[in-house]
Amino acid sequence: MAHDHGEDGEHPHGSELSEMQLRVRALETVLAEKGYLDPAALDKMIEAFETRIGPHIGARVVAKAWADAAFKQSLIADATKAVQALGLNNRVGDHLIAVENTPKLHNMIVCTLCSCYPWEVLGLPPVWYKSAPYRSRAVNDPRGVLADFGLTLPADTQIRVWDSTAETRFIVLPMRPPGTAGWSEDKLAALVTRDSMIGTGVPKNPQGVG
Amino acid sequence: MDGIHDMGGMHGFGKVEPEANEPVFHAEWEARCLALNRAMGAAGAWTIDEGRAGIEELPPEVYLAHSYYGKWALRLENMVVKRGFAGADELAAGHALRPGKPVKRMFDLAIVDRTLSRGSFGREAQAPARFKTGDRVRTKNIHPVTHTRLPRYARGRVGVIEALRGCHVFPDSVAIGAGENPQWLYTVLFDGRELWGESADPALKVSIEAFEPYLEAA
Repeated sequence: MAHDHGEDGEHPHGSELSEMQLRVRALETVLAEKGYLDPAALDKMIEAFETRIGPHIGARVVAKAWADAAFKQSLIADATKAVQALGLNNRVGDHLIAVENTPKLHNMIVCTLCSCYPWEVLGLPPVWYKSAPYRSRAVNDPRGVLADFGLTLPADTQIRVWDSTAETRFIVLPMRPPGTAGWSEDKLAALVTRDSMIGTGVPKNPQGVG
Repeated sequence: MDGIHDMGGMHGFGKVEPEANEPVFHAEWEARCLALNRAMGAAGAWTIDEGRAGIEELPPEVYLAHSYYGKWALRLENMVVKRGFAGADELAAGHALRPGKPVKRMFDLAIVDRTLSRGSFGREAQAPARFKTGDRVRTKNIHPVTHTRLPRYARGRVGVIEALRGCHVFPDSVAIGAGENPQWLYTVLFDGRELWGESADPALKVSIEAFEPYLEAA
């Protein structure tokens, strides 16, 4: 749509930006003046999402599960409770569920209806997770989706897609990469990518991290 | 509602395009928009289910033409006007022209931390669970014009109860102002071929989280 410039020469995406900027500013001013909210509280929430709540939390959880069999067991039994006990974040909401990948089973998380995502442990979802291509194809062409991420699984690996249609939230426990025996949790956590906890990726190759 | 939001299994949307080193927000207004939406939820202006219904009620062409946070901005405008929290004239003016109406609690610094954890939707059971793990169930072929969390691709399909997840607020009721009406929630597992026919990947299984009213014994 590069030809589709407005009369002012602005790109359509650019005009959405400036229009949205104005509309959102109007909303904030009006709702604050009405006494419903304090803009300083908005700042604080945004700061938390930009700096504190992100996939580094999930990576710690996965690394701990790889390093500590008892923790892994408690994570699979009740992820809300197990993650809460680590004290990595604010209170963890109910019904976080950890699903484990094995050599024969690969788990993938989607929300076909909107954008449900375990944001307390992974932060806010990336744009692709909320996009029509992912939401439409994850449930009927997961191998095609994985190919978009450059990931090919053996044909006999079962793919299990979890559609987050209620208030349960899922995090994938990816397989621990070989060649990491004796690694510290810190070092293991550095291998855990966000996408490996959604199921559209696998952990980093330990050779490349050292 | 059989809307455009119910995308599972649709064709034609193209490839998934991950962005390397994606920022949390792509513009400042996205961050403000997210926070404003959540703030009004935390203030008790509407529930999460009513908010989702607000997105689903955007016309399909509007839904597809706007970015994620663009939709959130439109939803917020619609809902504050529809529910009397602000007038369209005030949004157009960019300033309040009248005093606000009472909210359950102001979204202020004291409650921010609370909103950084997900709400709790588990409720006391109203009746024993009708199904148990391993039961075969068929999802109902329902097409409510209002909010539902049973996706189209999984209606009228036979699956197996894989897990009971407790009793939860029922979105279909909350979204129409009919109260929480708590219902049992199950993980229901389907074979790929049951959902997509013989050409489906034989190694595919898909689950949904299904409320008991969506299910009947099979």
